[in-house]
Amino acid sequence: MAYLIDRRLQGKNKSAINRERFLRRYKGQIKEAVARAVKGRSITDIESGEKVSIPVKDIGEPGFGHARGGVWETINPGNKEYQKGDRVARPKGGGGGSGKGKGGNSEEITEDDFIFELSREEFMNYFFDDLELPNMVKTQLTASTEFRNQRAGYKMSGNASNIHILRSLRGALGRRIAVGGKSTRRLREAEKELDVLLLVESEDHPRVQALKREIHHLRAKLYAIPFIDPFDLRYSNRIKVPKPSSQAVMFCLLDVSGSMDQAKKDMAKRFFILLYLFLTRAYEKIDVVFIRHHTQAAEVDENDFFNSRESGGTVVSSALNLLTKVMQERYPSSDWNVYVAQASDGDNWDNDSVTCRELLINTIMPAVQYFAYIEITEGEPQNLWEEYTQVPDCHPHFAMQKIESPADIYPVFRELFKKQQSTS
Amino acid sequence: MKPISKPAKKPLRKKASKPGRLPEQSEWTFELIEQAHGEIRRVAESFGLDTYPNQLEIITAEQMMDAYASVGMPVSYHHWSFGKHFLSTEKSYKRGQMGLAYEIVINSNPCIAYLMEENSLTMQALVIAHAAYGHNSFFKGNYLFRAWTDAEAIIDYMVFAKKFIADCELRHGVDAVELLLDSCHALQNYGVDRYKRPPKLSLTEERERQKERADYLQSQVNDLWRTLPRREEEVADDSPQRFPPEPQENLLYFIEKYAPLLEPWQREIVRIVRKISQYFYPQRQTQVMNEGWATFWHYTILNRLYDEGVVGNGFMMEFLQSHTNVVYQPPITSKYYSGINPYALGFAMMRDIRRICEAPTDEDRTWFPDIAGSDWQKTLDFAMRNFKDESFIAQYLSPKLIRDFHFFAVLDDDKEEKLSISAIHDESGYRYIRQRLADQYNMGNREPNIQVWSVDSHGNRALTLQHTQFQRRPLNQQAEEVLKHVTRLWGFDVILQTVDPEGQVLETLECKSDKQHRKM
Repeated sequence: MAYLIDRRLQGKNKSAINRERFLRRYKGQIKEAVARAVKGRSITDIESGEKVSIPVKDIGEPGFGHARGGVWETINPGNKEYQKGDRVARPKGGGGGSGKGKGGNSEEITEDDFIFELSREEFMNYFFDDLELPNMVKTQLTASTEFRNQRAGYKMSGNASNIHILRSLRGALGRRIAVGGKSTRRLREAEKELDVLLLVESEDHPRVQALKREIHHLRAKLYAIPFIDPFDLRYSNRIKVPKPSSQAVMFCLLDVSGSMDQAKKDMAKRFFILLYLFLTRAYEKIDVVFIRHHTQAAEVDENDFFNSRESGGTVVSSALNLLTKVMQERYPSSDWNVYVAQASDGDNWDNDSVTCRELLINTIMPAVQYFAYIEITEGEPQNLWEEYTQVPDCHPHFAMQKIESPADIYPVFRELFKKQQSTS
Repeated sequence: MKPISKPAKKPLRKKASKPGRLPEQSEWTFELIEQAHGEIRRVAESFGLDTYPNQLEIITAEQMMDAYASVGMPVSYHHWSFGKHFLSTEKSYKRGQMGLAYEIVINSNPCIAYLMEENSLTMQALVIAHAAYGHNSFFKGNYLFRAWTDAEAIIDYMVFAKKFIADCELRHGVDAVELLLDSCHALQNYGVDRYKRPPKLSLTEERERQKERADYLQSQVNDLWRTLPRREEEVADDSPQRFPPEPQENLLYFIEKYAPLLEPWQREIVRIVRKISQYFYPQRQTQVMNEGWATFWHYTILNRLYDEGVVGNGFMMEFLQSHTNVVYQPPITSKYYSGINPYALGFAMMRDIRRICEAPTDEDRTWFPDIAGSDWQKTLDFAMRNFKDESFIAQYLSPKLIRDFHFFAVLDDDKEEKLSISAIHDESGYRYIRQRLADQYNMGNREPNIQVWSVDSHGNRALTLQHTQFQRRPLNQQAEEVLKHVTRLWGFDVILQTVDPEGQVLETLECKSDKQHRKM
């Protein structure tokens, strides 16, 4: 007796727990890989899975075994040339395999790294891990909340304004043909027969009379088929699909003066990424503009933005001026939602900070949706910080934060996310 | 060796559709699989194959990878290493670097064989013949499987193990269980009784005894370490008593019974790993035979079906193509060479035994006087039942096969500057090669011989393991890592001595127990 069982629908993803155990065990390495990836990736490309590689020696499962050395005598197939007693040089690197023990005896690890793919969700989880986001925000970032109506075929019921005329009439025509087909055919036959008959017979021949009655009856029957029936009606179907609402532009302002080292820039990058992620949830199209500055400001591409290093002093207002200029030229606030993220270590020319505050309060803040400033420093706040603290009084959509570790980044956005939560 | 091919042209057979004829199509359906299975069973029975009842299960590629990762068992406990295997299989499968095995078969009663949904009808028939009749009859007949594994109970035991370990994770934390399993896995090849026959597993008994055992074991252990003054007096006059009285080869068993600090649940987990390891031990010892036997039977059964007209030419072409791939042995000079292909060697030997029975040459009569010309089915059946790889090769490898494979022996002695060819396929080399090849499959030589040597039961409780060197082969570098795992299980210092066959200590590795880690 044999059984044939279809197991295909059972036990899908049985290895999920084992996978999770594996990720859990190598959390440290994976986090490093994610951090590396974040460094290497473009801000706009943050949301995809990632290939993670872990050195094979770290994940090995040890076991007792023989190493090379001592005496190995092995039997091999495919002898072509050797005679008993021949002496052969040892193959280099064990490549030829001759004279070496079978697989598993060799201690060289041929594979460099154990590589596997993190899914998007897993990658984002590791990314968020450091930032200490509250759970609410995480779910929000991984699920979109706005909807848009979209056509999705036809359905049998709906409201009158959605009637699809072409489909409905096509249906009606089809129904009429289907229901009346037999009668129409018979009608044609009867008419033909009557014509033929009338050539030879007179009007009052009983057969002629009978045919005329039948024709009359058939016509009546065909007229009784309704031209259109509620059954024929088709309505356009519309469904809601998740949709980011419109377009936004995100300005990244970064101080690249000599005092900003790589660690600070990495921190700033996290900050920009987080804002970008938030924006991708809310907007369909996002432009990112990178402005870096020392004593002068310039608009650059992302690569230059993070990777080049200038020296010299800092004039923050140069960046703010450029921001204003770009905004006015290319991103009028009637069409664009403007978000600004600024990162700096707080150094500025003394008298420039006042200018910055005035620029912000009078020109920039009225035109933007949100402005977030982080100061990456371990020391005392400097004059720029002092001046900026006055901005939130006039414009509540200004956020600022002093940052020492990645965990400090999220609070900057707390207000922003809170607002989003209440509207969604 | 020669590729397997159909015997010379057959007379054209009538194509009239016989009732049992399988259609020429590659899509399978449940009806067709049942039909194919019916035919295969009929032929298998006519050859006298004795099997457990079959349970064929259709699974997806992903499920196949699952099964791969959890050593082929349908149920298994959770561990990160299975996740790792799954990831690496998945990676190479997705990149197209490897195809999945066509089949996995489980030594259980009923015998479970997996059929992958991607396979064509031909491949399903091949798998049924190979796994459900070939492997299945081997599991039921071979003496190692009969003595060491219990097909009736294994699935139940795995269910028990999974549940027990999941309970432990809840009670003692995932980390504690994971550490313990890591350590046990490091020793799993040393959790086997090579010569002593283990008692049969039984689920009910296992459950009943588990609780009892837990308490009992603890008291046993305490007894071992008791240091009452009266007792000391007794042994004081004598030279220190040895413990264990004789060296122990089963490290996990020794740890389960005697490790001083393990808690009952930890002992139970050690036992689970040991039991599973024991269950798979016969498979590691009979790879060549098992695959050879299954390959021989799928080849024989499907050819018979072709002769009967049940399957057509298209079926046969597809079957032969994958069959030839499976039994291909690349020569040592090939870049695809990675040791001897057990399918190739096993299949060739099974076929060769049949040839010796049916058409012996004079050479065969000299070498195999007792089987030359005998009934091939009986002879093969006897060979399948009573041997393992090592003895099977020593008994049945014929000079003809040595010539066909162009076998030669290479001696690699690290004291010599060059390798030397110690034998080739000639009159003086046949016996030598046969013996060396058999040795190559001797598990005792493949793995380092490491045994429990002594426990310092009156002093610091250190455990001494002894590695008896074979052919001066050193231990691999992982040994130190493994030793840490032993120390974790044992709870006190562990010493690994490497000795030469005369008992001279050559090298000593020591792993100190970290006091903090004593309580796992």
